[in-house]
Amino acid sequence: MTSTTPLQAVIVGAGPAGIRAAQTLAAHGLRPVLIDEAARGGGQVYRRPPAHFQRPPRALYGSQAARATALHRTLDGLQAQIDYQSDSLVWNAEGGQLDLLHGPTQTTRTLRYGPLIVASGATDRVLPVPGWTLPGVYTLGAAQVALKFQGCAIGRNVVLMGTGPLLYLVACQYARCAGTRVAAVLDTARRADQLAAVPALLAEPAILARGLHCVAWLRAHGVPIHRGIRPVRVQGDARVSAVVWSDGAQQHRLACDAIGLGHGLRSETQLADLLDCRFVWSPAEHAHLPAHDAAGRSSVPGVYLAGDGAGIMGADAAECAGERAALALLADHGRAVDGARARQLERRLGQLRRVGQALARAFPLPADWAAQAPDALLLCRCENITAGQLRACARETGADEMNRLKALTRIGMGRCQGRICALAGAEILAQATGRPVEQVGRLRGQAPIKPIPLHLQTQQVADGTDAAAPPRDE
Amino acid sequence: MSSSSRIIATDVAIVGGGIVGASAALALRRKGVDVLLLEHDLCGARASGVNYGGVRRQGRPLSQLPLAQRAHQIWADLPALIGTDGEYLRSGHFKIARSQADLQALESYQALSRDFDLGLELLSGASLRQRCPWLGSHALGGSLCPQDGQANPRLVSPALARAAQRAGARIHERTPLDEVLHDGRQFLLRSGRHLQVRAPVLLNCAGAWAGALAAQFGEAVPLRSGHPAMAVTEPLPMFLPWSLGVEGGSIYCRQAARGNLVLGGGSGLALDAERARSQRSAIAALAVQAIELLPALRNAHFIRTWSGTEGYLPDHQPVLCQSRRRPGLIHGFGFSGAGFQLGPAVGEVLAELACDGRSSTPIEAFAIERFAAHIPT
Repeated sequence: MTSTTPLQAVIVGAGPAGIRAAQTLAAHGLRPVLIDEAARGGGQVYRRPPAHFQRPPRALYGSQAARATALHRTLDGLQAQIDYQSDSLVWNAEGGQLDLLHGPTQTTRTLRYGPLIVASGATDRVLPVPGWTLPGVYTLGAAQVALKFQGCAIGRNVVLMGTGPLLYLVACQYARCAGTRVAAVLDTARRADQLAAVPALLAEPAILARGLHCVAWLRAHGVPIHRGIRPVRVQGDARVSAVVWSDGAQQHRLACDAIGLGHGLRSETQLADLLDCRFVWSPAEHAHLPAHDAAGRSSVPGVYLAGDGAGIMGADAAECAGERAALALLADHGRAVDGARARQLERRLGQLRRVGQALARAFPLPADWAAQAPDALLLCRCENITAGQLRACARETGADEMNRLKALTRIGMGRCQGRICALAGAEILAQATGRPVEQVGRLRGQAPIKPIPLHLQTQQVADGTDAAAPPRDE
Repeated sequence: MSSSSRIIATDVAIVGGGIVGASAALALRRKGVDVLLLEHDLCGARASGVNYGGVRRQGRPLSQLPLAQRAHQIWADLPALIGTDGEYLRSGHFKIARSQADLQALESYQALSRDFDLGLELLSGASLRQRCPWLGSHALGGSLCPQDGQANPRLVSPALARAAQRAGARIHERTPLDEVLHDGRQFLLRSGRHLQVRAPVLLNCAGAWAGALAAQFGEAVPLRSGHPAMAVTEPLPMFLPWSLGVEGGSIYCRQAARGNLVLGGGSGLALDAERARSQRSAIAALAVQAIELLPALRNAHFIRTWSGTEGYLPDHQPVLCQSRRRPGLIHGFGFSGAGFQLGPAVGEVLAELACDGRSSTPIEAFAIERFAAHIPT
C-alpha cells in the first residue's frame, strides 16, 4: 500500500481513546469517521452536559477537569478534519460494514470501513444484592453520570456500596454536592487488600495520592467508611429506604433514600465479538476480553482495540491506547509514524497496566459472592431469573456453559443481552458446577447490540431480500 | 492415558443429538434397545434448538402428512415423554394468503389433505377482519389449522436428549465423530483417542453434517447447509393467538408466552462450518414484512437475532431410510428447515427401522435412491 491510498478509517466511540485516535489519524493526513452513541463526545468519564448547561468543568470533573477540558477541546478542534457522527449507535457489523442507528431521526444505515478502531468503553459491573431492583438503586457509574450530565443527585441521603476506585470517587463527588449527604461508603474489599496494593501503586504516586486524598477528605467530612463488608439486602417498599450489611460479626441497618452500587467496570465487548475477534480469559480482570497486542491490534486484521472496551485501565490509559492504536493502524497501512512515540506510549501503557492490576488487587471482587447469593436473588432483571433458577438448571440439566444456561433459563435474553446479568450469572454457574468461572464461557454476541425499532427506514430491503431463500415456516 | 481407550459395545450407535437423534435414542430405549449417542457439540444446540419452533402439519407435502400425523400424537403427550411442556401450545397455525391465487392454493391444499383430518378452516373477507383485527391490509385471507401450534425449541430438543439419557441411553456430548469404519459385521466409531464404539447398527442423524457419513458409504446426496434468519422482539402485550405462516413463503411469526414475537424468514449468514448469524438484509426484510402483516409491530424493537445451521435437500424432503449400500446404516437427515414437528415421529420410525427393518408409517418418498444420480455406481 502506498501513502496516497485513501483510507476510510473508522473509530467507534468518542471517549478518551477514540478522540486521541481521531486526533492522531487526522494529524497524519487521514480524515477518519468518528462514531459515537452519545450526543456529545467525551465518553462516560468525561461526559459533557447538554450545551446549555452552565456548570464549570471543575464542578463536573473535579481533579480531572483539566484532562476533560483538554480532551473536549481536542474534539472541538478536530471538527474540520474528521467526519464526526454523534447520536449514532453501532448495532451490527457484517461484511466490512457497520450498521448505524441514528437516534434523533430513527434511521439506520450502513457505513463501509477500512481499518477500524473499536473504543467501545465500559459499563458498571454489577454483583446483585437482594433488593437491588428497587427504585433508588443506581450503578455507581449511573450515579456519576447523573451528576455530570444533568447536575442532579440520585438522592439526598446516599449509600455507596461495592468496590473499586469509582466507589470513593463517586463518594467524594456526592459528598461535595449541595443538599446531598453520603450516609456511608460500604466497601466489600478489605483494608488489607488495599494496603497490599500500596507498594505497586507507589510507582504511580499521582493516582495513589488522588485515592488517599479522596479517602482522607471523606473522613474529614464525617463520611463513615466500612471495609470488608458484605451487603445483606436493600430494603424498601416503593423505593429504597435502607441497606442492611454485615461486617462479618453482625448486621447493621442504615437508612438511606438512594444507593450507588458497583464492583468496578466491565468492558463493552459486543462489537469486537460481532467483528469475530478472538477472546481470551484475563485473570487480572476476571473476564473474557478480546485479545490484542501491545499496540492494540486484535486477532482480526484491520481491527484495532483501544480503551476500556479492550480491558479496564482507565481514562489516562485510554488516551494512550487510542493514540497507540492509531499509530499501529497508520504503520500497518504504510504511513510513516514516529516509532519513538509508539514505544513511549507502550511503555506508559505497561506502567498503567501494572497500576490497573494493583487496583484490581486493592479492590477485588468478593470471592464468596456467588456462594453467599441466596436462591431468591434476582440476577436477570429483564427476564426475572433468580440465582436459584440458574442453580436448579445446572443441577437438573447438567448445563455447564453460559450459552446453554441462557437457552434453558432465558438469562441474557432480554433487552440488555447479558450486559448487566451475564457476569454475575457466570459466577453463579461456576459456583453451582464447581468449575472455575473462565470455563463456563461467555455469552456469544448477537446483533442488535442494543434494541432497534422495526420501523427502521432502510434501503437495504430492495436489494437485500433473499429471493433464493426457500419458503418455510419452521 | 491412551491405554484407557476401550471399545464400548452397543446395539445402536447414533450420530447427532438433535431432535431426530435424541428422539431415536428415546424410542429405542423404550423398546429396550441398548443405545449410545455421539454429539459433537451439545444436544439440541444446532438446528433443533435454534429454529422457529413451529409445530405445524399444515402446508407440508402430502407425502409428509402420515409422519406429521404420527408426530402430532406424540406431541400431545410431550410432557409425559420428556418431563417438561417445552412451552408447547396447540395455539393454531394460520397460513396467510396475500392474493386470490394464494387463497386458491390454500383451498386446493384443503381439498388434497382432506384424508388427514387437519381440520383446516378457510377465512376471508369480513370474518377474517373480525377474527384477526391485528392483521394488516396485505392479508386477503388464510387457512387455519386449529390443532397445529408452537413450542420452544431451545427447551424441547435438549429435553428429549435428557429424557433419552434418563431412559438409559448413553449420551456423549462434545464428542465429535472422527472416524467410522465397518469391519464387515459391525461399525466402529472413533472420537479422539479415548472413545471407540462398536455397533451393528448406526443411525445417521447428523443434520447438516450428515452428508459425509452418507458419502463414505457410497451414498452421496446433494445436501447443503441453510441458515434461517431469526429475530425476536421485546415482550409485547399478548395479541397474536396463532403461529403465522405465509402462503408462498415470506416471514413466519409467533408470540411466545412471555410476550416476545419470534420471527423468521430469509437467510442468515454462515460465519464458518459451525456458526451462522442473521444478516442485515434479512433483518431489514423481516422488519418490513412484519410491519406489513402486523402493523402493531411498527413501534416494537428487535432485541436479538440469531441463526443456526440446517441441512437442505433440493426437493425439501428428508432422507429417511435404510442405506441401500451398507446394511445396518440408517439415515434420518435433510429435513430442510421443517424437521422440528416431525422429529419425535422420525425418532420412532428410525427405531422401527433399526429393530424391525421396516417402518409402520409410509416413508417411500424419503428414500435416498431419489438422488441416485449422485450415487456413483
